[in-house]
Amino acid sequence: MAPRKTPVVSRNPQLIRGVGKYSRSKMYHKRGLWAIKAKNGGVFPKHDPKPKAASTAEKVSKFYPADDIKVPLPNKRKAKPTKLRASITPGTVLIILAGRFKGKRVVFLKQLTSGLLLVTGPFKVNGVPLRRVNQAYVVGTSTKVDISGVNVDKFDDKYFAKAAEKKNKKGEGEFFEADKEEKNELPQDKKDDQKTVDAALIKSIEAVPDLKSYLAARFSLKAGMKPHELVF
Amino acid sequence: MVKGREGERVRLYVRGTILGYKRSKANQYPNTSLIQIEGVNTKEEVAWYAGKRLAYIYKAKVKKDGSHYRCIWGKVSRSHGNSGVVRAKFTSNLPPKSMGDRVRVFMYPSNI
Repeated sequence: MAPRKTPVVSRNPQLIRGVGKYSRSKMYHKRGLWAIKAKNGGVFPKHDPKPKAASTAEKVSKFYPADDIKVPLPNKRKAKPTKLRASITPGTVLIILAGRFKGKRVVFLKQLTSGLLLVTGPFKVNGVPLRRVNQAYVVGTSTKVDISGVNVDKFDDKYFAKAAEKKNKKGEGEFFEADKEEKNELPQDKKDDQKTVDAALIKSIEAVPDLKSYLAARFSLKAGMKPHELVF
Repeated sequence: MVKGREGERVRLYVRGTILGYKRSKANQYPNTSLIQIEGVNTKEEVAWYAGKRLAYIYKAKVKKDGSHYRCIWGKVSRSHGNSGVVRAKFTSNLPPKSMGDRVRVFMYPSNI
């Protein structure tokens, strides 16, 4: 048979494996067999069978499973990115709570499809590069920066994927040499991306008095500070 | 990395004290510990801390993973009583020698 151009989609959703939602008569109506019959004058259309190409005698396999194999239910679940908190909008200054950059105040750019937040220092201001951060490890402040001049379309999760490592053949001599090649240099185009994003950002940051030194300073809890009473 | 402020000490956790295990007069239940969080004095204030992660950090003689410091992680589960004490569950029960010791209450998972 010629391969089908459209995939087979069942109009009969399964309630439980093996039990369809619609009865036989309902399915007859759903499939439109009545319309096909009406077009063909009350009889279901018959095609003469196409001449079969002579096929080599297929050997029937001796092996078949003893019990019926159950067909698993189709899983149509699509994962959505985590819901963004109302306090976090593009241009918000965030405080990172954990990790290498804990305490740093950072500018939020956009939410990626994985749900992680794309964030930048800017690098020149506080040393935080373009980075992904999880929403749970971040506090949204009420300070906003104007990021209309920044184009973040090219950044997605694939941009941050680890570069595929070359497989080194294991050899005694090469084992020691391999350490020298371990130093991971940031590719130049990633450095350029950082510069272009930051250039537009720094202009809007310098327009606001004290914002640059605010972003350069780290957040810390001091004596007597109670987070549950702080307004960020 | 910008060398501006390396090694700057930032405290992003609230200090807490381990009071002991959840208990009645004559029985104690070591799977849940009671924590007194600094600055929290009523059960309404505890609502902010529910679910926040806790770390009990202690020192040991033998180096593990290159450090003498070890940590037991946990979570704030609910308030305990009316005066801001909090119940917490840890990945493994806290050792009895921890009673009276410092615990770090982090600000994450954050909801602000």
